[in-house]
Amino acid sequence: MGLLRKIRDTGQVAEPAPPRPEGGVPPQAREFGGSVQVRCVDAGSCNGCEIEIAAAFNPVYDAERYGARLVASPRHADVALVTGPVTRNMAEPLRRTVAAMPEPRLVVAVGDCAINCGEFAGGYGVEGAVSDVVPVDLAVPGCPPRPDEIVAALRRVTGR
Amino acid sequence: MNTVGYAAIVLQVGAVVAGAPLLTGLMRQTRARLEGRAGAGVLQPWRDVRKLLRKEPITPVGTGPAFRWAPPVLVATSLVLAVLVPLVSTESPVRGRADLIVVVALLALGTVALALAGLDTGTAFGGMGASREMTIAALVEPTILMAVFALSIPAGSTNLPVIVAGAADEPARLTSPAGLLAIAALSVAVLAETGRLPVDNPSTHLELTMVHEAMVLEYAGPDLALVEFGAQLRLTVLLGLLASLFAPWGIATSASSLAAVLLALVLVVLKVAVLGTVLAAAEVFWAKLRLFRVPELLAGSFLLALLAVTASYFMGGEGGQ
Repeated sequence: MGLLRKIRDTGQVAEPAPPRPEGGVPPQAREFGGSVQVRCVDAGSCNGCEIEIAAAFNPVYDAERYGARLVASPRHADVALVTGPVTRNMAEPLRRTVAAMPEPRLVVAVGDCAINCGEFAGGYGVEGAVSDVVPVDLAVPGCPPRPDEIVAALRRVTGR
Repeated sequence: MNTVGYAAIVLQVGAVVAGAPLLTGLMRQTRARLEGRAGAGVLQPWRDVRKLLRKEPITPVGTGPAFRWAPPVLVATSLVLAVLVPLVSTESPVRGRADLIVVVALLALGTVALALAGLDTGTAFGGMGASREMTIAALVEPTILMAVFALSIPAGSTNLPVIVAGAADEPARLTSPAGLLAIAALSVAVLAETGRLPVDNPSTHLELTMVHEAMVLEYAGPDLALVEFGAQLRLTVLLGLLASLFAPWGIATSASSLAAVLLALVLVVLKVAVLGTVLAAAEVFWAKLRLFRVPELLAGSFLLALLAVTASYFMGGEGGQ
């Protein structure tokens, strides 16, 4: 009964939806029609971006209301959210993950490391940025990016 | 009578097909609201289906006919169930074939087809999901049979429309000890059969806790749409069966007028929507059971079903005949 009281007292915690992000829907995402399944790939990140992605799907930012949903398999996914500089050991798994996704598919690079290796550029274990390994369609800069920036990128893909 | 009977079947199948994704959307929306989220809206599962149908189909290397045929078989068995189960009218042209054993066999056929597909992918998680699904199915199918047997003893038949019509005429059958035990047993069995909490978590992302999801990890595009649609159909039909068996009020029993059929349709949509909302709200309060505790829960529900049959057999003797 404590949980019931908590639900009643808390009410809705989702913040009102901000206006639609500028920049239209990428051409490959036109077919999605308000439904996007997202697969996260950690290619060597420090987990800062993972925390912000988790926050983007929490009740406050609620990315699910725009039609994005996290899934467990690349076969179910339309979008790969890739974080971190691509390490040597993760380069091949990342290529395979993107290859396993059915067309049309998008790759979104989340965080400065994914875009240009950031703090880890030149490290002996780093293969390169995400765009050196797989083609990148959208990038979300920031170290780490704020959850609302990740939500804005996902909204551009879902078109909602 | 025949025209109205066929109209009832068409209406019933149409409502189940159009309503199954909406029911899932309603349940997700209920859960989202209780969690303080805004939710994606009731129409989201239909958007998902539309999107998946536009995507590229993928046949993973090394998979065979079991993998290719499972989604159509799952949807086909669910559609046949949607025709057979008496949701709107008990006087439909197929009532002679709507036998309890056929219904349970069709459920089992869909389950086995998907489990074989999970094995066919050859991945560790596919095989694990298939093995878990079979463990659960082996405990659930007998429970459904036994629970409905308890209701079929006073009706004198295993034919579902006869059972439902009998209960609508004589509601005392449902409030008897046998009826109440059967309700409890069948509710747990339906939760397990449709992969809801506390047996399986439909929204899990952790492969080690998956049952149903683990078997369908390799499906993509239109095949995945069929698998998801089939699962949604099964949930809708089973909740509808639960509503018809235990709250048969309003169901058309004479099927002479179209008005009665339409009223029954509206009522069954309401009943299933209420059941779905209650289930989604209850799931907020439940945690998933440990896998090794699931057989205990299911054995408990089988025991309730067995008690229901026993009670129905011994106590219904003088009252029922």
